[in-house]
Amino acid sequence: MLAVREAFNASRRAPLLSALGVITIAFSLFAFGLFALVAVNIRQALRGVEERVEVRAFVSEGTPAEAIVAAMGDIRSFPEVARVDYVDQEGALARARRDLGEFNDVFEEAMLPASLDIHLRAGLGNPGNVRDVAERVKSYQFVDDVRYGEEWVEKLYQLRTLAAGTGLGLGLAFAAVSIIIIGATIRVSVLARAREISIMRLVGATDGFVRAPFLIDGFIKGIVGGLLALLMTWAAYRAIDTRFLDLVFFDPRFVAIGILCGALIGVLGSATSVWSHLRRI
Amino acid sequence: MIRLHDVAKEYTRTRVALSHVTCQIKRGEFVFLIGPSGSGKTTILRLLYMEEKPTHGDVWVNGVHSASAKRKEISQLRRKLGIVFQDFRLLEDRTAEQNVAFALEVTGASAATIPQRVTRVLTQVGLASKATQMPRQLSGGEQQRVAIARALVNDPYFLLADEPTGNLDERATRGVFQLLRDINASGTSVIMATHDLEMVRRADDARTIELNHGRVVFDSDETPPPETRYTPLLGQPAIGGPSEGNWPAPPRGKR
Repeated sequence: MLAVREAFNASRRAPLLSALGVITIAFSLFAFGLFALVAVNIRQALRGVEERVEVRAFVSEGTPAEAIVAAMGDIRSFPEVARVDYVDQEGALARARRDLGEFNDVFEEAMLPASLDIHLRAGLGNPGNVRDVAERVKSYQFVDDVRYGEEWVEKLYQLRTLAAGTGLGLGLAFAAVSIIIIGATIRVSVLARAREISIMRLVGATDGFVRAPFLIDGFIKGIVGGLLALLMTWAAYRAIDTRFLDLVFFDPRFVAIGILCGALIGVLGSATSVWSHLRRI
Repeated sequence: MIRLHDVAKEYTRTRVALSHVTCQIKRGEFVFLIGPSGSGKTTILRLLYMEEKPTHGDVWVNGVHSASAKRKEISQLRRKLGIVFQDFRLLEDRTAEQNVAFALEVTGASAATIPQRVTRVLTQVGLASKATQMPRQLSGGEQQRVAIARALVNDPYFLLADEPTGNLDERATRGVFQLLRDINASGTSVIMATHDLEMVRRADDARTIELNHGRVVFDSDETPPPETRYTPLLGQPAIGGPSEGNWPAPPRGKR
C-alpha cells in the first residue's frame, strides 16, 4: 500500500518528469505499433493471395459422376485440403468467359474440360504441400492433367518467408530500441530520486522496499504509455484507411498483448534501472 | 556492542583511509572521534553502518559481522542505528513529521503507531510545534534536530553522528550537542565524529578516540605504554579552532 502511495507521490512531486516518461513510452510503442500495423496488413494481403492458391485437376470426358464424387470425398480428407469444388464443362466455359472477357469470341465454340478445384488450408500452401497434393491427385485414372502454377507458388512462398523474416527482425529491432529508450527515461527518474533512495537505505529500507514503488511506477507508466500508443496507432490507421487504402487493425487479443507489453517494458525498465542503481550504493 | 579488529580500509594502493584500527565500544558510551580531515573518522562511521566493508580486518556491530553480512541483514542493522550527517539529508518535499515518519514507514512499522511515535521524538528534540513545517522553513539547527528525531524514532542502540554540528552556528551547536548528551543519558550510545575540540573538552566524561592518517593515535579508554606515550590533542591549548595546522603528526611506533 505504501509502495503504491509512494509511486503516486513520485509522479505528483515530479509531474513533468513523469509526463516525459509516459510520452517517451507512448512514442516508442507508437513507432512499434505503426510497424506492426504495416506488418499485419502485409501479412493480410499475402494471406489473401495465398487463399487463391489452388490445384486444378482436369477430369477426362465421360468420367462417371460416382467416381468423381468418391474422389472428391477422398481428396477432402487430405490434411492440407480445405475445400474441393467440381467445375463441369459449362462451368469452366462460363468462368473462362468471365475471367478472360476479351477472348469471348474464341470461347464461343470451345469445349473446356471439367475440373476439380482444390483449395488448400491457410498456412499449408507451401510449395512442397502443393506439389504433394498435385502428385496424389494426378494418380487418379480419370485425371488428365494437374496445374497449380508451380513457379508462382514458389515465388509467393519466398515472398511470404521474406516478409515474415523481415517483420520479425525489424520488430525485434523496434522493440529493442523502445526498451532502450524507455529504460533510459526510467533511469532518469531513478536518478532524480537518488537522494531519497540513499535516505531509504540509511534508515533501513530493504532493497525490495526501495524497488517496489519504482516497479509500480514503471507498470503504470507502461500501461498509460501503451494506451496512448494504441490511440495514436488507431488514429494513424483511421487516417490511412479512410483516405488511401483498406487496412485491417489489430485484433483485440493483439491490442491486449501490446498494452501488457508496454506494462512489462515499464516494469523491466524500472527493475533494471533500480537494480543497477542499488548495486552502486 | 561494536568491535573493530585490526581494520584497514584502502580505496586504492596509495589511498589508505584506515590501518590497524582496533577498538571496542560498549552500549551506553559517548564516544568522540576526532582528528583532521582525511584522518578516517567518516570511514569508521561508514564501516559501522556497513556502507563499506573493510579491506582487511573485521567489524562487528550488534552481532552483525562485516565479512558475512547480507544486504538484508545490513538493512535490519540500520534500523537499530540512528545516523546523522552534517548536511542533514532531509527530504525537502516533506514536512518535519513526514521526514521522521518516513524512517518508520520504510521499515514496515504499524501505521497506527507512527503518529504517536513521531510526536514523541519531535517533542524529545524540541520541535513538536514545527512538525508541519518544511525543511526550508527551519533553521540549520532545527533541521539537524529533525534529522536526529528521524535517527531516534526507531529506538536505536547506537547513534552515529558525522560532524552533526559542522554546518551550525555556535548556539545551534550547543543545543544539538546537549540533545545528543541527553539521548546518551537515556541509554543510547552516541558515536560522534567532530572537529570541534571545544565541545570535546567540555564533555570530559566522554571517551575520545583520536585518529590521524587512518590510525588510532589516542584512545582515552586506554593508557598507552610509557615509551610510546603520545600527547593527545586535547592536552594542547586550543589555538583558533580545528584548522588543519593544529593537528600534530602521528607518533612513531604507536598503532
